[in-house]
Amino acid sequence: MSTFLGTRFTETPLARRKRRQETAAKWVFGAMAAAMIVPLLLIVGYLVRLAWPSLSLGFLLDVPVRGMKEGGIWPAFVGTIYLVFLSLAVSAPIGILAAVYLNEYAKDNWLNRIINLAVINLAGVPSIVHALFGLGAFVYAARFGYSIISASLTLAIMTLPVIIASTREALASVPRSFREACWNVGATRWQTIRSVVLPNAISGILTGVILQVSRAAGETAPIMFTGAVFFKAVQKGDLFPYGLHDQCMALSMHLYTLSTQVPGVRESIPYATAVVLLGAVLLVNAAAIAVRVYLRARKKW
Amino acid sequence: MTQQLTPAPADPGLAVRRMRRPVWAVVGERALETLIYLCGLSAIVFVLSIFFFVFKEAFPVLGHGKFSLREFLFSDQWYPTSEINKRYGVLAMIAGTCSVTALAMLLAVPFGLGAAIYVSEFCGPRLRETLKVVIELLAAIPSVVWGFVGLTVMSRLIVRYTGAPVGVNVLNGGVILALMSVPIIVSISEDALKAVPDSYREAGVALGATRWQLVWRVLLPAAKNGLLAAVLLGVGRAVGETMAVLMATGHAIHIPHSLLDSVRTLTANIAAELGEAPEGSDHYRVLFLTGVLLFTITFVVNLAADFFVRGLRRK
Amino acid sequence: MPPLAHIAVKNLRLAYGSKEVIHGVTFDVRRNEILAVIGPAQSGKTSLLRCINRTIDFTPAARVQGAILVDGEDVRQTGDVFALRRRIGMVAPLPVGLPLSIYDNVAFAPRCAGVCRRGDVDAIVEQCLRQAALWDEVKDRLASLGTRLSGGQQQRLTIARALSHQPEILCLDEFSIAIDPVTTMRIEDVLKELRRQMTIILVTNLTQQARRLADRTMFLWNGAIVELDQTEVIFSDQPASRKTYEYVSGIFG
Repeated sequence: MSTFLGTRFTETPLARRKRRQETAAKWVFGAMAAAMIVPLLLIVGYLVRLAWPSLSLGFLLDVPVRGMKEGGIWPAFVGTIYLVFLSLAVSAPIGILAAVYLNEYAKDNWLNRIINLAVINLAGVPSIVHALFGLGAFVYAARFGYSIISASLTLAIMTLPVIIASTREALASVPRSFREACWNVGATRWQTIRSVVLPNAISGILTGVILQVSRAAGETAPIMFTGAVFFKAVQKGDLFPYGLHDQCMALSMHLYTLSTQVPGVRESIPYATAVVLLGAVLLVNAAAIAVRVYLRARKKW
Repeated sequence: MTQQLTPAPADPGLAVRRMRRPVWAVVGERALETLIYLCGLSAIVFVLSIFFFVFKEAFPVLGHGKFSLREFLFSDQWYPTSEINKRYGVLAMIAGTCSVTALAMLLAVPFGLGAAIYVSEFCGPRLRETLKVVIELLAAIPSVVWGFVGLTVMSRLIVRYTGAPVGVNVLNGGVILALMSVPIIVSISEDALKAVPDSYREAGVALGATRWQLVWRVLLPAAKNGLLAAVLLGVGRAVGETMAVLMATGHAIHIPHSLLDSVRTLTANIAAELGEAPEGSDHYRVLFLTGVLLFTITFVVNLAADFFVRGLRRK
Repeated sequence: MPPLAHIAVKNLRLAYGSKEVIHGVTFDVRRNEILAVIGPAQSGKTSLLRCINRTIDFTPAARVQGAILVDGEDVRQTGDVFALRRRIGMVAPLPVGLPLSIYDNVAFAPRCAGVCRRGDVDAIVEQCLRQAALWDEVKDRLASLGTRLSGGQQQRLTIARALSHQPEILCLDEFSIAIDPVTTMRIEDVLKELRRQMTIILVTNLTQQARRLADRTMFLWNGAIVELDQTEVIFSDQPASRKTYEYVSGIFG
C-alpha cells in the first residue's frame, strides 16, 4: 500500500471526533428510547408477580363473593365483552361509511372542511366529557336510563373518530390509478368502491376496528356514569347474564372499584384484575398487528 | 388451469351497449350513497351534540343569581356541599391540571423526542419495527391500569424514596401522565421527521455532517411544525386524562406548593363528585360546566395541533 | 340523416382554475377513421380526451366551455354519463391492471353495465382478449391476478378492458410510452383491425406512429390546433404551417 493512499484515507483527528460524537448521540437517544420501555417492562413484571396467587382460569370464571373481597371476575369480563361488541357494532359501520364519504365522495368545499375539523375534535374530547354527554343524552334525554345501551352508545361515539381516521388512511392507500381505470369504463363511484377500493383497503380497516376493541375495553369514565355498576349478581360461567336495559359490571370499572372502594380485599385480586385487563388489551392489539402484517404480505399490487 | 367458457349466444356487443342497469340496482345505489353522505355528516352532528348536551345541563346555573362565572374560574374555594355557604371556585383544580400536565410534558417531551429521533434516524430497520410495535402497545394500555400503577407501584416508590407522607401527588400523576403521553409524542414526532425530504439528509451527508449534526441543524428545524403539533397533542391528551389522575393524584383541593402535594385535576373532580351530586342540583350543573370548560380547552389545543399537522401533510 | 362527423368538437375551452389550457378548439372526427393528435408535452392532448369522455369531471378545478357532440348529442348535457363512458373506450398511458383476476378485469365493465348471464360475460371476455391479442397468452390462467402480468400484457389487458363495453369510439393516450416496441407493433396491428368497427382517436408523442396508423393527423400546440389535415400532408415537405414542419422533423418538441 503506497504512502500516498495511506495519507488520503487514514483517520484525521476531526474524523475521529465526529465518529465519537455520532456514537455518543446514538447511545443517548437509544437510552431515551429505552427509558420508555424499561419502566414498562418493570411495571408489568411487578404487576404479574403480585397478581400471581390469584391468576387462574377459575379466577376468570368465578363470580365475586364476600362483598368482592374474594372470588373471580366473570361478570365484569362478560360485561366488557358485551359493551365492546355493542359499541363497535354501532361505530364500525358508521365510521367506515363516513370515511368512504370523506375519501371517495367529498369535494374540497367548506362543508367537508368542517366535517374534517369535527372528526379531529371528536377525537380529542376527554373521556369524562364523553361521560357527561352520555349522561345527558342517552341516560336522560333519550330515556335509556343507566343501561348497557347508554354505555355502549357512549363508547361508540368515543371510538368513532379513530375508526374514521384509520379507514381513511386505508382507503387512501389504494392508488388513484385503479379508480381512474374503473371510471374510464363507465363504472359508477359506488361500483368502483365496492369492487376495487374496499376489498383492497380491508386490512387497514380491519386493523383500525380491532384496535378500537382494546380502547373500548379499557375505558372507565364513559361507562362509569352511564351503565356500569359496582356489583351485579350473576351466575358463574353464565354467557348471557345481561339484558340490554340492565346495568353491567366491566373489567375497567371493576379494577377501579377494587382498588379504591373496597377495603380489605385480598391483595392479589386487584393486581390479577389489572393483569387480566392489560393482558386482554395487549393480546387484542397484538392480534391487530398480526392481521395487518399478514394481509399486507398478501397485497395484490 | 383452462377455464371452460360457454359459447356465445348472440352478438354480445349489442347486449352491452344497449344494456340498462336494472332499476332496483340504480335506486339501491342511490340510497346507499345517501346513507354514506349522512354518515359523513354524522361527525358534525356528534360533536355538536356533545357540546349541546353538556352545555344544556350546565346552562341553568349560569343564570342563577348567586353564581358568578368569575368566581367559578378564579376562586379556589370549592365547597359545593356546604350548608350555609356554597362556593364553586375551580381555580385549585385548574392549578392541579396545570401542574400535573406541566410536569408530564417536562418529562415526556425530551424523552419522546429523543426516542423519536432514535427510531427515525439512528436505529436499524429491524429494531425500528420492534420499537414501533412496542410504542403502539404502550399506547394501548388503558388509563385505569395506569391509574392503578400510580396508586400502587408509583405510590410506594415515592413514599420510600422521598419520605412523603402520601404517595399520591403531583409527582405521581406527572410521571404516570408522562408515560401515557410519550407514545403519541413519539409517533407524531416520528411522522414529522419522516416527512422531511430525503434530499435534506443527502445534502447534509454530502457536506460531511454526522448524523447528530444532521439532526440538530437540519432535521429538527425542518420538522418543527410537526414537532410542535406532537407536543400540543400530548398536552391535549394529558389535560383530558381522567382515570389515571383520579387514582394517582390524591384528593386534596388546594393549589399545590410542591411536587409532593396532593391535588385534584378538573377531570378528576368531575369523576369524583358526579356520582354524589343530585341530578339537577347546582353542584351537578357546575360539574357539567367544568365539562364545558374542559371541552373548550381541548378543542382549542387540538385545533392548534391540527393547524400545525396540516402544514406537515401538505409537504 | 346521421351527421357525417362521429364527433364534432365546437369551440372547446378548458381551464384549470384560472389557467386556460385549451383555447377554443374546433374539429371533427369522421366515422371509422384513425385521427392522430400529435404535439409536445403539456399541449392539452390528454385533457382533450378527458373532456370527451367526461372524466374531466373528476378534476375539481376544471372548467369546461363549448360543445362536444357525439352523433349530434352534446356530451356535456347527457343524462347518463356512465352510458356515455361506455360508448367511449379509453386507454391510459401507464398500463393499469386492476387487482382482480384477468377474467374479472375484462368482465368488470359488462357487469357494471348490468350483464349478468354467465354465458354472455364469458363470450365478451374471450372476444375482447382475442381482439387485444392477449387471449393466447392468458387463456390458461384467467383466474390469476391482473397485476402480475408484464407491462406489455397489462397494456393489452387495458385495451381488452376498453373493448369490453363495445365502444363506438376508442381513445388511446400515448399508449406505447411504457411498453416495449414488439408489443407496440402488435397493438398497432390490433388498431388497424379495430378501425373497421370503431372510430379511433390516437394521442401520441411518437410522430412516426401517427404516420403509420392515422388517416388524418391533428397538430395540437399549447392548447390550440395548429393544423389538421390528411396524414400525408402533415408529414410532407409542405404542410400548411411552418411550425408543423418543424415539429414533425424534430426541430423542436
